Amino acid sequence: MITTLMEQQRSVTASSQSPRSPSSQPYLSVSVTDPVKLGNGVQAYVSYRVITRQTNLPEYQGPEKIVIRRYSDFIWLRDRLFEKYKGIFIPPLPEKSAVEKFRFSAEFIEMRRQALDIFVNRVASHHELQQSEDLRTFLQADEETMERLRSQETGIFKKKPSDFMQIFKDVQSKVSDVVLGKEKPVEESNPEYEKLKHYIFELENHLAEAQKHAYRLVKRHRELGQSLSDFGKAVKLLGACEGNSLGMAFSELGAKAETLSVKLQKEAHQILMNFEEPLKDYVRAVQSIKATIAERANAFRRHCELAETIKLKEINLNKLSLIRSDRVGEAEMEYNELKAESDEATQTFETIVRLMNEEIVCFQEQKTLDMGTAFHQFAKGQARLANGIADAWRSLLPKLESCSSS
Amino acid sequence: MMGSETEGFEEGRLYASKEEMENLVIDDPLNDTKSSYSNYRSAMSSSAISETHHPLSPSILVTPAESDPLLSPPPYRDIRNPSGQRESSYIEPPAYADVIFSPFDGDHFGDVNGVESPSRNSDNSGRFSRSLGSSSSSSLASSSDYIKITVSNPQKEQEASNSIVPGGGTYVTYLITTRTNVPEFGGPEFSVRRRFRDVVTLSDRLAESYRGLFIPPRPDKSVVESQVMHKQEFVEQRRVALEKYLRRLAAHPVIKRSDELRVFLQVQGKLPLPTTTDVASRMLDGAVNLPRQLLGESSSVVAPHEVVQPAKGGRDLLRLFKELKQSMANDWGGSRPPVVEEDKEFLEKKERMNELEQQLTNASQQAESLVKAQQEMGETMGELGLAFIKLTKFENDEVVFDSQKVRANEIKGFATAAVKASRFYRELNAQTVKHLDTLHDHLGLMLAVHSAFSDRSSALLTVQTLLSELSSLQSRAEKLEAASSKIFGADKSRIRKTEELKETIRVTEDAKNVAVREYERIKENNRTELERLDRERKADLLNMMKGFVLNQVGYNEKIANVWTKVVEETSGYAKESS
Repeated sequence: MITTLMEQQRSVTASSQSPRSPSSQPYLSVSVTDPVKLGNGVQAYVSYRVITRQTNLPEYQGPEKIVIRRYSDFIWLRDRLFEKYKGIFIPPLPEKSAVEKFRFSAEFIEMRRQALDIFVNRVASHHELQQSEDLRTFLQADEETMERLRSQETGIFKKKPSDFMQIFKDVQSKVSDVVLGKEKPVEESNPEYEKLKHYIFELENHLAEAQKHAYRLVKRHRELGQSLSDFGKAVKLLGACEGNSLGMAFSELGAKAETLSVKLQKEAHQILMNFEEPLKDYVRAVQSIKATIAERANAFRRHCELAETIKLKEINLNKLSLIRSDRVGEAEMEYNELKAESDEATQTFETIVRLMNEEIVCFQEQKTLDMGTAFHQFAKGQARLANGIADAWRSLLPKLESCSSS
Repeated sequence: MMGSETEGFEEGRLYASKEEMENLVIDDPLNDTKSSYSNYRSAMSSSAISETHHPLSPSILVTPAESDPLLSPPPYRDIRNPSGQRESSYIEPPAYADVIFSPFDGDHFGDVNGVESPSRNSDNSGRFSRSLGSSSSSSLASSSDYIKITVSNPQKEQEASNSIVPGGGTYVTYLITTRTNVPEFGGPEFSVRRRFRDVVTLSDRLAESYRGLFIPPRPDKSVVESQVMHKQEFVEQRRVALEKYLRRLAAHPVIKRSDELRVFLQVQGKLPLPTTTDVASRMLDGAVNLPRQLLGESSSVVAPHEVVQPAKGGRDLLRLFKELKQSMANDWGGSRPPVVEEDKEFLEKKERMNELEQQLTNASQQAESLVKAQQEMGETMGELGLAFIKLTKFENDEVVFDSQKVRANEIKGFATAAVKASRFYRELNAQTVKHLDTLHDHLGLMLAVHSAFSDRSSALLTVQTLLSELSSLQSRAEKLEAASSKIFGADKSRIRKTEELKETIRVTEDAKNVAVREYERIKENNRTELERLDRERKADLLNMMKGFVLNQVGYNEKIANVWTKVVEETSGYAKESS
């Protein structure tokens, strides 16, 4: 298995929490490997082996645990985490494939595997998320249990990933409506937060455009490789027709062109894995933040509504106690219940705010690291390619010289 | 740059010598400067058929042509150098070899490309091969010859008022400037205005005069394109094509010395070459004449001087029919024609030419795809760079965290590199286009080859037809002899008939001899031209490969440098295993 740069990077961050000092930070390292196509026809799907490798967490002690999971299981985990850990930017998952044709192509499967591996490890290295019970279930439960849980989900979580995406989008548009002031604003008047929201929404546009061009660049490499190969073949045939030293020169030229075509195809793959994917991942991460923003808006709205309701209830209660109504007790109970709810809502909201503030710092740092790495890899690849091309053509020059003097 | 230096130098010297030339007495008969030379069109005029000129001698030495009396004499007469020597080369043709193929030293490349004219490849490479000292069969054509043609300054002009269309049609003329040291032109620099129709005329006259040679094909008439494209674009496209065409003509060892070309380049005002009347009117003339021919009122025998031109496209329909009949007899008749294409070597070469054409077509197409792919690579790289520049600006505008500042910086470095690389790709591609154009050019030359080969077959057909005719005439003569010898008394009409027949046979015999000589001449032309083409093509294609490879090396080195810088700048993000 080829370890991509993202996986390496992940292992570095994990190793920074290495087991050298026993009292060091908790760590948990997971592998998603061995994709296998199962089932037939429309029902076909890919299963992955999920191996819990290194850990010092007490919940995971024992022999190395290996489970079999499929894409929808990952979706389940993500949804559970999203529900439970409001305020935290849940790591993004790769999209469901839109085009049926590519669902089982080797490249697609490998890209998905890589993304799933990164997902799990990000969850596992997040100090809060790693303590999730759902994560434990995901990493340890047997297949039947997993299947039961997966199909048991009620509410929005019963939906297929595509439906979830739709809800996601609805939430997104609702949030943007709110942000753009389309709806009656029940929103925070927090200038810093406004700035953040604006930043996130704009950022997604910029990144999406960059990613689009990165993907096109992959295609261009493939196309150039193909046309070089075709050109090489044509030139060889021309050489065969000409004969003599000219013919030999052509045949060498053609052979070189074909060699370079292979280099280009390789580089195309590298760019796809180590540059375009990280960019896509960045976009997904931003979308995940948008979902959290939506959650925060919901929490805020609920907090406000309950605060309003509580006020009314309080007034009512006072009124009743003043006239010594026999409904006072009932009202008092209601009031207390509501107060508890309101407090909870406020707490939820405040937790989200606190968490988001922490998360955004981490996010920015992490992304600087990710992009720096991606740029470095890209530049290395391009330099290697260009030097390879220059060297290959240069080696042809003495031959051409000797041809013209003959 | 070497090219511009020599040009400056040459201009100074030319100027002086032009003055010198003007002061000389110009009264030498044209004949003096001629050496033995086969005049290709001399058969058209009787005066040319004299003992000193063999109209169909096989040699094609490259010396100035005698001007045809049918043409008005060129205003510039041949000037005799007072020293009696041929103007030796004080003008080096620009050393394009050095300019193009200087070993890549980084910044040099920018200059190299700006200087070159679009039609660098085919016309100069011929000279390139010669200046390399590779043996040339044309002993006289040396690198001292210099004809540089420029086409410029397109202008709209009005048709003369006697046109049918009210208000008159407009057409475009181009200024054609020639700079040369060839004495026959009588001047170092001169210009004329010509329209496209004149070019068609020139091309047609050359095709008639130089049968068997590989004459560079002229630009298309492009009737559709002229309607569809923007006028300016079309005119520019045509200007470029005309320049390329004229330069190719001037690079051809024989054509560069032709009267037709000289007259085209020099004679002011109306082009003094017979225009190509359209086929219809010629056919009409021929149709009118045909009944007379059949009735015996008009000559039904091909005159010797007409035999040197193909039957097709001429006015003599009867001859056309006879040759058509002969070609059918060749293909379908039982007996072998009297003379056939026997030259095995030629047939093999013809086969090779066909194969070559196929491969050139293929390679040319793939070259186009390659160029397109390179172009798109450059464009997409540029777009990627721009997207990241927008991103870096955005991050800087909205910066809150230090990590953002750092990231914005990395993005900027990356984006800058991508934009630089994109620019290099596009420059590389512009050069690649020029180099790989050689393939297109040589593919275009195949047209000329086909033409020359078909000159040969039509000349052969003429010979075959005449031989058949001769043999049938002779058998008629024998029959007549046999018949008249039986009758005792001399029949006046029969005697007359015999005499007439004998005359016809004699004329036909003459025509046949002329036709045979023409055929042989064309065969020789084919042979030498094939040699020349092979030589020049080899040189051109090697040049192309060298240029292509050098460019790839140079630009890829530049691109590698750009990215290596980014690698260094982002080395902090490097991982242990890569």
